[in-house]
Amino acid sequence: MVYRILVLFAHPALHKSRINRQLIATIRDLENVTINDLYEEYSDFYIDVKREQQLLIDHDIIIFQHPFYWYSSPAILKQWEDLVLEFGFAYGPGGIKLQQKLALSAITVGGPLSAYRRDGYNYFTIRELLTPFEQTARFCGMIYLPPFVIPGALRMREKEEISGYSAVYRRMVEDLRDGRFELSRLQQLNYYNETLEEISSKASFYGN
Amino acid sequence: METEGLLFQAFIYLFAAVISVPVAKRLGLGSVLGYLLAGVAIGPYVLGLVGHGGGGVMHVAEFGVVMMLFLVGLELRPNLLWRLRGPILGTGGLQVILTTLAITVLALFAGMTIQQALAIGMIFSASSTAIALQTLSEKGLLTSKGGQTSFSVLLFQDIAVIPILAVLPLLAVSNNAGIRALNQNSGEPPWVRGLIVLGVVVAIVLGGRFLIRPVFRYLASIRLQEIFTAAGLLLIVGIALAMQKVGLSPALGTFLAGVVLAESEYRHELESDIGPFKGLLLGLFFISVGASIDLPLVKERPLLIAGLVFGLLLVKFLLLLLIGKITKLEKSQYFTFAFALAQGGEFAFVLISFAAQNQVLNEGMGNTLVATVALSMVVSPFLFTINEKLVQPRFSSRLPDREADEIDEKDNPVILAGFGRFGHIVGRVLNLKGVRTTVLDLDADQVALVRKLGLKVFYGDASRLELLRAAGADKAKLLVVAVGEEETSLLIIETAQKHFPNLKILARAFGRDHAYRLLEQGVENIFRETLGSSLDLSVAALRALGFRAYEAQRAARFFRDYDEQSVRALAQYAKNEKELIFQAREQIQTLDQLMETERTRVHQPDSGWEPPVAS
Repeated sequence: MVYRILVLFAHPALHKSRINRQLIATIRDLENVTINDLYEEYSDFYIDVKREQQLLIDHDIIIFQHPFYWYSSPAILKQWEDLVLEFGFAYGPGGIKLQQKLALSAITVGGPLSAYRRDGYNYFTIRELLTPFEQTARFCGMIYLPPFVIPGALRMREKEEISGYSAVYRRMVEDLRDGRFELSRLQQLNYYNETLEEISSKASFYGN
Repeated sequence: METEGLLFQAFIYLFAAVISVPVAKRLGLGSVLGYLLAGVAIGPYVLGLVGHGGGGVMHVAEFGVVMMLFLVGLELRPNLLWRLRGPILGTGGLQVILTTLAITVLALFAGMTIQQALAIGMIFSASSTAIALQTLSEKGLLTSKGGQTSFSVLLFQDIAVIPILAVLPLLAVSNNAGIRALNQNSGEPPWVRGLIVLGVVVAIVLGGRFLIRPVFRYLASIRLQEIFTAAGLLLIVGIALAMQKVGLSPALGTFLAGVVLAESEYRHELESDIGPFKGLLLGLFFISVGASIDLPLVKERPLLIAGLVFGLLLVKFLLLLLIGKITKLEKSQYFTFAFALAQGGEFAFVLISFAAQNQVLNEGMGNTLVATVALSMVVSPFLFTINEKLVQPRFSSRLPDREADEIDEKDNPVILAGFGRFGHIVGRVLNLKGVRTTVLDLDADQVALVRKLGLKVFYGDASRLELLRAAGADKAKLLVVAVGEEETSLLIIETAQKHFPNLKILARAFGRDHAYRLLEQGVENIFRETLGSSLDLSVAALRALGFRAYEAQRAARFFRDYDEQSVRALAQYAKNEKELIFQAREQIQTLDQLMETERTRVHQPDSGWEPPVAS
């Protein structure tokens, strides 16, 4: 079984990006993976709702890939949600178009994982901070997978580390596409990364 | 009875014009020839609809020339006229003197007396302001170098009529007549006449500045359109009368008045008010020239007349070429100049009858000369066509006024053609992001100005292959075509597409028509120059009416998408006008419906921002 994957990619300043640029490049050539570069497509925030809805219909797994700005996404993704997830399309009577699709956040966060704890300066866990996305997906009848998180992005300079994460990311997308995952097991995890530990030691998650 | 006759005359003239001018235009012969042929057709010798009284009509119709010069004056600001002083006095003087001399000599050889020969020489030296200016402007050549020079010479000829009128009576064969004329014409000593002429000119200039302007301002404040028009006509008629009174050319006087008023705020209003009168009277004038051709005379002595016409044209043409060369006009330009001014002028008719009255010429000669001049006028539209179709193409259709600049920047990723009001913005934005751009422009003044500001702009015609290559078109990524002329833009693109298929083209489009042609030529990235700013204005309008900014902005954005789609959808019908109109109407209806539905919220864009309502 091959799933079609739609990556909703939001980065307002890709020319300044180190990690997201790598990540998106590493999956660009994958078959059955559509990259929808929102800032490139809608630089004036004038989102083509019909086109976006059709894209959603045409894919099985939706990945929200973006840097984590102020505990949320860059602005355009919010605009996208507001306009595309229409009443009668994504929810409400007849709003069944997204039912049973899988949704996943793939984000880079600036601080280390240790900051996202009750005793850390971000107080909340990443998973908690992502609850608006999670609940949006749930509300639309989608299954929200545990997020793929790259922590410590602000300090990450090492090329090897970045390419390690890229490889992991590519692997994850391939696995999802090719159905190499167990949904029930995934749903028990906090972060997708937990299943990926073995792929690259450089991209260790809790060790960060 | 009287009015009936007048109405019938008017009917004949108008009918002839309405039939023949469109036909002539369709055939590519220009409106002047259409009028002339219409005149021949209704004249006394073909249909006989207008009698020999055509001369009377011609007298009225000559007023068209006067009005034309007023309008020409309106478009010439004083400082431009001042810049033309060289060509007017130099080139114009050269033309009148050389032509007079040459024709005089030829006439002497033909056995005329010296007086007659000189008279004919002066009569033939003038060209037809009406035909030359009308045709030049119809062909868009008036602003070219050749056109400007032609205009200058015509202006000098107008001035030259004054001394010619003074000299002609002195040539009278019988001494008596000469002395009589002397007495008549020189009632006052020459210096008094000079003073009078000067006085009239000063009066027009000062009057135009300090009297006419306030009067027009007052009349405009009354807001009666026809009174304003009447005042415009009154001004012209008044000046013409005054000029005639002091023995100056009325055309010259009104021209001067036009120049004085060129800087007034009523310039455009006067232009549009007087324009139709000028057009009609000029047409009438051409018709009466056609009608006045003495066909029996031509039939009687066809070889003589043909020889005279040909000789007249040839002599003037060769001299004009020579003058063009002497004054260092560019080759293509002096051909335009020579073809434009080779015919005899309308002043010849006046001068011939004047000369006949003063017994310088006998009546037979007069008639022959009238026929010669009139026929040379009939031929001149053909001369223009020859120039346009056969001569000009030899100089590569659009020779720039000077050689293209040497381009010393070859590796820039962008070539920007056209650095006027559109292109310079593109150039500046690219510059903002440090993109190196090779800029080409065909407007020498603009190039000089921009260079003064420290920017590197090259003078040159971007539709020429060598120039594009010199600008690095084979290495550049992008060609931005922002020139201000439709045909030029299409030419540049054609050249670029043919020789540099890898060059991506972004093109400025003027309006829908140009957009269609660009799309037809396979240019996908077209930018209609007014779309952006008219949308900005719509947004501002909506906001001024109390709409929220974001709502207004998104409405305009919605429209932009819709309109871009519709241009592309309509482009395929652009060739077929009927279908285009039909489709356009459909499109507008769709837009109507879209707007309607949007207003009534059946399909509301941005409905995600609405509270959910079950449909």
